[in-house]
Amino acid sequence: MILFLFILIPVLGAFAAWLSAAWNKKLPRWIALMVLVFELAMATAFWSEAVGDGSWYVTFIRPWMPRFGISFSLAMDGLSLLMLILTFFLGALSVLVSWNEIKERTGFFFFNLLFVLAGITGVFLTMDLFLFYFFWEVMLIPMYFLIGIWGHGNRLYAALKFFIFTQAGGLLMLLAILGLYFVHAQSTGVFTFNYFDLLNTPMAQETGRWLMLGFLIAFIVKLPAFPFHTWLPDAHTEAPTAGSVVLAGLLLKTGAYGILRFVLPLFPEASQYFAPYIMLLGAIGILYGGKLAYAQTDFKRLVAYTSVSHMGFVLVGAFAFNELAYQGVVMQMITHGISTGALFMIAGSLYDRLHTRELEEMGGLWPALPGMGVVTMVFVMASLGLPGLGNFIAEFLILAGSWQAQPWITVAATIGLVVATVYSLRIMQKVFFGVSVREYKLPDLSLREALMFVPLVIVIIWLGVYPQPVINTAKPATPAVAVHFTSK
Amino acid sequence: MNWMYLVPAMPFLGALLLVLFSKKIGKTGVSLIGCGSVGIAALVTIVAGLQFMNSGLQQFSLPLWNWLSVGNFNIGITLHLDALSLAFTFVITFVGFLIHVYSTGYMAEDPDFARFFASMNLFVGAMLMLVLADNLLLLYFGWEGVGLCSYLLIGFWYKDPANGAAARKAFIVTRVGDTAMAIALFLLVQHTGSLQLTDILAKAPTLWTTGDATVVTIAFLLLGGAVGKSAQLPLQTWLPDAMAGPTPVSALIHAATMVTAGVYLIARSHVLFTMAPAAQATVAIVGAVTLILAGCSAFVQTDIKRVLAYSTISQIGYMFLALGVGAWSAAIFHFITHAFFKALLFLGAGAVIVALHHEQDMFKMGGLRKSLPGVFWIFLIGSASLAAIPFVTAGFYSKDQIVWLAGASAQGGAGYWIVAVMGAFITAMYTTRMMLLVFYGKEKTHVHHRPGLNMMVPLYVLAVCSTLAGFMELPHTLGHVTLLSDFLQPVLPAVVTEHASTALEWGSQGVATLLCLAGIYIVWRVLPIPFPREVKTFLKNGWGFDAAYNLLFVQPYVLLARLNRKDVVDRLYVGLAAITRYFHRMMSATQSGILRWYIMGIVMGAVVILSVIIWRQYTV
Amino acid sequence: MITSTTAGLVLAGILFTMGLVSMLIRRNLIFMLVSVEVMLNAAGLAFIVAASRWGQPEGQVMFMFILAMAAAEVSVGLALILQLYHQLKTLDSDEASKMNG
Repeated sequence: MILFLFILIPVLGAFAAWLSAAWNKKLPRWIALMVLVFELAMATAFWSEAVGDGSWYVTFIRPWMPRFGISFSLAMDGLSLLMLILTFFLGALSVLVSWNEIKERTGFFFFNLLFVLAGITGVFLTMDLFLFYFFWEVMLIPMYFLIGIWGHGNRLYAALKFFIFTQAGGLLMLLAILGLYFVHAQSTGVFTFNYFDLLNTPMAQETGRWLMLGFLIAFIVKLPAFPFHTWLPDAHTEAPTAGSVVLAGLLLKTGAYGILRFVLPLFPEASQYFAPYIMLLGAIGILYGGKLAYAQTDFKRLVAYTSVSHMGFVLVGAFAFNELAYQGVVMQMITHGISTGALFMIAGSLYDRLHTRELEEMGGLWPALPGMGVVTMVFVMASLGLPGLGNFIAEFLILAGSWQAQPWITVAATIGLVVATVYSLRIMQKVFFGVSVREYKLPDLSLREALMFVPLVIVIIWLGVYPQPVINTAKPATPAVAVHFTSK
Repeated sequence: MNWMYLVPAMPFLGALLLVLFSKKIGKTGVSLIGCGSVGIAALVTIVAGLQFMNSGLQQFSLPLWNWLSVGNFNIGITLHLDALSLAFTFVITFVGFLIHVYSTGYMAEDPDFARFFASMNLFVGAMLMLVLADNLLLLYFGWEGVGLCSYLLIGFWYKDPANGAAARKAFIVTRVGDTAMAIALFLLVQHTGSLQLTDILAKAPTLWTTGDATVVTIAFLLLGGAVGKSAQLPLQTWLPDAMAGPTPVSALIHAATMVTAGVYLIARSHVLFTMAPAAQATVAIVGAVTLILAGCSAFVQTDIKRVLAYSTISQIGYMFLALGVGAWSAAIFHFITHAFFKALLFLGAGAVIVALHHEQDMFKMGGLRKSLPGVFWIFLIGSASLAAIPFVTAGFYSKDQIVWLAGASAQGGAGYWIVAVMGAFITAMYTTRMMLLVFYGKEKTHVHHRPGLNMMVPLYVLAVCSTLAGFMELPHTLGHVTLLSDFLQPVLPAVVTEHASTALEWGSQGVATLLCLAGIYIVWRVLPIPFPREVKTFLKNGWGFDAAYNLLFVQPYVLLARLNRKDVVDRLYVGLAAITRYFHRMMSATQSGILRWYIMGIVMGAVVILSVIIWRQYTV
Repeated sequence: MITSTTAGLVLAGILFTMGLVSMLIRRNLIFMLVSVEVMLNAAGLAFIVAASRWGQPEGQVMFMFILAMAAAEVSVGLALILQLYHQLKTLDSDEASKMNG
């Protein structure tokens, strides 16, 4: 039941926020914050007590359309739990981010924000492929509105591009889901969308490969991997800050989650067959994204391309098939959510003050904004993989794991660390160092901003020096195929 | 020894406090916390070190908590104390403390006083983690941590973009080396399943035979990391630029401690290098070549700090040479003496620079012997040690040991020996040139600020150390004291000497001494030495490495990035969208609203369909 | 050899073509409506001829349908034309092409 509540509460909250705007413009943000803080508390409490002996902590199944084998089936294991906590944490922060930024149609804004979070929650919890597709689409449409209504200059273009890319991928996935459904029915006579039943569906090698590609493309478009990444810079750049945070921090993770949850366990043979090519795509993404990030002059666009680069690590790790890499991927999903989310929040805070995102117009802000400078330094360092911060653990584990599968691809990915250094330091230099073009007199971190950034800094350091709780939680959820080549 | 964790913890705590409360505690508070944290760390080190030596243990490890454990792969945050790490810890905390104290004077007028001390404390903490790490991942933590601090401190005066560029260069160039080191770590994980140092060193002989391709690869990759951090060929280019930071930073990071991390790494993993003769020989060759190249560059610099920077590169070349010929403890010996005298020289140079209102060009100095006598004597002691004036300086004993073992050890040879004595000759020449330009001749810039007590006391202490530190290790010919090498014995094996005899050792010392004195004499008599201008520029710019890297790596990358700013892949999708839109336009153009066009369309369609039907009728 | 069937169908074809051509070249809506009627009648004639040729009643049934439909069509068409004329004060079909998409 708790699983259902995780989804229901944000949905109810979303409608409450929308309706409440009629009374008071400031009410929706309070409702959204309350809902998400409550959910976060609930998820954290659940985490502290979660000591399942099996890999599934709790499941929830109600028939929905039994005629077609569709059920409202939810289940939570360590991976879903971690993703949920991340969702609510970043969700609460994204409400804080939009506290003053959104001035028009606040009710509808928070409605969309909560709804997209509900969709993401559903994606992380669903164990029915039909329902999964349903939630996959649910998170798409509110996001389209978030970008299209409250975005910056070129918002309609960005929103449309985002929509078309993910929708095209989603349709391929729908085809693959239906294909799997019928293949399963053909061999066993049972029509079902249930994830657990569909595992180990016997199928011809070729069929498996095609179906796997259908899933995979949907997920790597979302991830996004080279060469499907081009929607991301536009969407991230034009979205309002909260939209960018949710996009980078959570929506991209649904792609990674999909790979871990569906592609690998459902199609073990095909995954192994395609693994080298996919890892190569990942490595290309790391280097190419890094290079593009270096070339950008728009702060948010730069950070957006770093996402492409960091998500390349996910691909490299997920298809390395060993436990080190798998754990690294889980860590990368979390730490990237936090570090990139933080960088977008910083971009938002700077935009509040300077009304520009152009790096060329910034510079020399350290004297005016030392507090923000320190925070930025922490996350810039996280982004380049400095040990002691969470991202390093993730990247190290991924690379150490993928080395055992594909040494040369790993070498290329490791060079990505140098590339990351180049673009990350450019941020610091362009924003905080150098001479101030205009002598800014700006307020440093406000209380609200401190409330946003301090938890982020603490979490990223905590993940860097003591990531074991996360690793322990994710461990039972490791799909069998992910540890195929167990380390010698 | 259980409170040894305080050693790295104190500086980290200090840094945290300074970041959080910099505005509230004022300059005195900042100085107290900044120096105090490192001071306490130094005290704890001394106490823990004494305890350790009395306990008779060979090594002591202090597990703090479990960092990571995935499957069979376990990494703990564990501190490891043995003779080698103790030697490094002592130098870092002790010299670090002196430099902190000195900085309270040097940086007194800087508005960013707190930020400076926060970064310095963070640096000391990271460096201590590096040397106290029990496993390579924790070492890597410290390794990158010092890289970060070095970045922060080189770019400390961030208003000048050139400083920012130097800082980034330092970080990026060392990161190139770090990448190699990271790959070595992956290899070790793959083959040994562990990154624990004692584990690896114990397992290595059972896993591989000497010269096995894997172990050679690992050693080479580790060497890659070491040359990056220690500014050896071919990654030495960042260090001269790193002089953009405040002088105490140069003293602490770019002379005394951080740059010797590579030496530490190689010494720490000496078993791997012994098993990979090719890699070890490369260490020696890298050291030998670097020592000569950097020495030559030092000779033509005009900026006092750059002279010292190149001299640092060159002296670390000596240490690498020693490591490469298997004279492990000699390298550590030279590290210790070098830390003292190079810190002394940098701080002395700092005193000169402050006195002359941030003038760093040696050709604008001169005659300071009269106006800054205290600094002059200090600097003289440091220079004598650097130039290895016989018998009274620490530098003489440590360098002499390396020179001798370069020829005499089993892996050494005549070639290495010749390079080493040539290095001694060049060192003497550039040191003398620096002394002459700065302290002799006519006074060209007026002294306006004399260093206070908080700057001078650390200098005196360092001067004493630069002299006395040499006596812990004396050659066979001169008393034969082996305090340090005995102390390091449990960690680092003794050097194996071949073709050694007392006569040869005397000969080696004699030649080195003679060349050193000759170098001093030559420079003393014929300054300035006539060089063709082109050669001078070439040497001054560090043998053109910078220009070459710029041309080969930096410019293509920047160009490529600039050309592809708009992302060529995106053009593809935009093109697809454009094609779709074109078809859309074509289709919507037919919806003209003119009735007769529609009718015409219907008619044409009917005609086409009818003709097809009729045609099929008649062809079948 | 021209049979009555052939003659009837040729007449129907000629009538239909005339209707079509006049539909294409006229701009006056009334005339266009008339042309449509001509074409409908041509089709009806073809049905009748075919029915008499095969001796089947369906052709005449179809003609009944066409007649009924044409009547309905004319009434609706004329009403629309009237409305258009009120709105636009013209019966030119090009003038009425305001609804282009």
